[in-house]
Amino acid sequence: MAYAAGVDVGSTQTKAVIIGEDRRIAGRSLLDTGANVIKAAESAYMAALEQGGIEEREVEYVVGTGYGRYRVTFGNTQVTEISCHGRGAVHLFPNTRTVVDMGGQDTKAISVSPQGEITDFCMNDKCAAGTGRFLGAAAAALDIPLDDLGSISLKSDRPIKISTTCTVFAESEVLAWIGKGKKIEDILSGVHKSIASRSAALMRRVGIDDEVTFTGGVSRNEGMVKALEDRLGTRLNISDDCHYMGALGAALFALDHVVAGRAPAAEGAGVSA
Amino acid sequence: MNSEAAVDLVGRGNREGAALFRDWFDELNTTATSGGQAAYVFVMGSINEILKSFDLPVVFPEINSLQTAVRRVAHEYLEEAEDYGYSPDICGYVKADVATQLRGGEHPMGQIPPPTLSVLTNACNTYIKWAEIWERMYDCPTFTLDVPGTRQSGRQTWRGDSDFEADRKYVEVQLRELITVCEAVTGRKFDIDKFREVLTHANTMSRSWNRILELNQSKPALFSALTDGTIFLGVANGFRGTEAGARYFERLVEEMEYKAANGIGTTIEEEYRLLFVGVPCYPIFRRFNELFTDWGGTFVNSTYLWFASGGTNRGFEYDLKDPIASLAEGVLVSVRDAMDAMFHQDVVLADMVDDFGADGVIYHPIKSCRTVSTGLADGRRYLTKERDIPTLFIESDMMDRRVVSEAQMKNRIDAFFEGLASRRQMAGTKG
Repeated sequence: MAYAAGVDVGSTQTKAVIIGEDRRIAGRSLLDTGANVIKAAESAYMAALEQGGIEEREVEYVVGTGYGRYRVTFGNTQVTEISCHGRGAVHLFPNTRTVVDMGGQDTKAISVSPQGEITDFCMNDKCAAGTGRFLGAAAAALDIPLDDLGSISLKSDRPIKISTTCTVFAESEVLAWIGKGKKIEDILSGVHKSIASRSAALMRRVGIDDEVTFTGGVSRNEGMVKALEDRLGTRLNISDDCHYMGALGAALFALDHVVAGRAPAAEGAGVSA
Repeated sequence: MNSEAAVDLVGRGNREGAALFRDWFDELNTTATSGGQAAYVFVMGSINEILKSFDLPVVFPEINSLQTAVRRVAHEYLEEAEDYGYSPDICGYVKADVATQLRGGEHPMGQIPPPTLSVLTNACNTYIKWAEIWERMYDCPTFTLDVPGTRQSGRQTWRGDSDFEADRKYVEVQLRELITVCEAVTGRKFDIDKFREVLTHANTMSRSWNRILELNQSKPALFSALTDGTIFLGVANGFRGTEAGARYFERLVEEMEYKAANGIGTTIEEEYRLLFVGVPCYPIFRRFNELFTDWGGTFVNSTYLWFASGGTNRGFEYDLKDPIASLAEGVLVSVRDAMDAMFHQDVVLADMVDDFGADGVIYHPIKSCRTVSTGLADGRRYLTKERDIPTLFIESDMMDRRVVSEAQMKNRIDAFFEGLASRRQMAGTKG
């Protein structure tokens, strides 16, 4: 079987997905991006190959995406993560009309037509307020593992109102509430609600139509899912592969090239090539 | 036309425009060093027609400021004004000018003379506060021309309408007052024959400017409304009412008509035709354009070429038999149009989509300017509702590179073109 791959080099983590001609995920990997972006892309790709038991020569086309897409030096082409998240979301949830992608340093709201075409999109501008980075700052201030934030926030019964989503001021805001004797779960619930509010505002700029699919690394945070669902008043499509949505979309674009026969096998993608 | 002449013709407007620009700043430099008089004016209603009839050299501080950005030294000027006490939130054009004044007129293009007189309109609220700075610095007279704008979108009044006549008379009274001020400042009597001569040149320029913009409906587009258009715009402003300006624009029409007749476009292979709304991103001027041309995107028209030419794109021509009254009508119609290009551009843009065969519309709101940026979100919503055309909203600044994030900008622009490509592919599949 011919395979296609997508490598999503994000600000925090790099994801790789390999799909077969049946459009099912055959291999995936996720690792921290770190300082060496080229190396991160290569490592993620090799790890996905290994996880799927796929030989590198079997992959006929690779698409790079994410902010580091031009650093996927072994890739055949690049596609923005906006198009990739839209494509991946419609693939997993065909009735998707709105996508909210929450990553390490940006949040995107994407509007998708019934045909899967990106009709509009909007991103946070210039600063990382209200993105995953804000959660990271809160986790650091409270000395709590990032992965535990969501579940702790769900224990709250009296969430406090966080007045800022500025990542720079997050630590001082959180510490100020601790100083006032507020419970950690109530502070964290406030943090999640604050981010959800800002994300919903972004989504309103492109229009919020059902179904809404939540993608990106923060979609794994159950507290954020709940906060966003409460804010939007609708259920969100969530998948175990939502974190890989950008890479999946990139792999689907790569498969288009394979199917169209535009990727000469002799020049097939590869780190070793 | 032989091939040698044709080769000389293509690109002539850019070459001659650049040369005229250098001449203009050389003249300002001479004025500054010799202690001569100069009038400070703005692009949205310079009233050059009166000032030129008094032979007053004109300084456009907006153009001086954007030149610091194009020449990549704007940050030095902005920081100097901020060190002096101006907030980072204040218009970058104002701050670069303040720093120029604080430096005694030192500018990358040469020495800028201080104002003997400043003339402004109400087309931009910042103009008023800006001119007050010069008034404080130099104790120079400031003349504010209050031009009545469109009261309601789509409800412009025209000659013969009583409201229009009242507005025209209101402007005319002010213009006569400006003539008196110019006489006092220069010590010269107003020369109506010279004034008619200036109006004749201005008529040639307006007629040509209107024709040039119309000619860009050609496929491929004859010039980039973003890059080439900005050169034309500089001449349209700095040389308005002059023989050199009139000759330049006549020759530019000749060039564009030749290009149109021979199917000669810009330097890129045109894939997508775009309309631009707002002010260019001068800190990365060339690169900003490349982010679009890399995808085959050409800007075929721009609201900037309308409002930053003071609405002279309308092609209004003065009646020399009654020159002052006619100037009042022209200023009213043109400056009103410049304001509409910022506040009520929605319907015009929707019409233009067909006229120019546009594939997409790029909105570029800027941090520096609330006046030009505030209504863009509404305009975009209107266009999206009225027309099935993709739009892109990218925010940065026309001066301040601290708020220009090229990587983020590229991401949005790339995604926009991916959408255009996908849309075209789907349309092809359906077809």
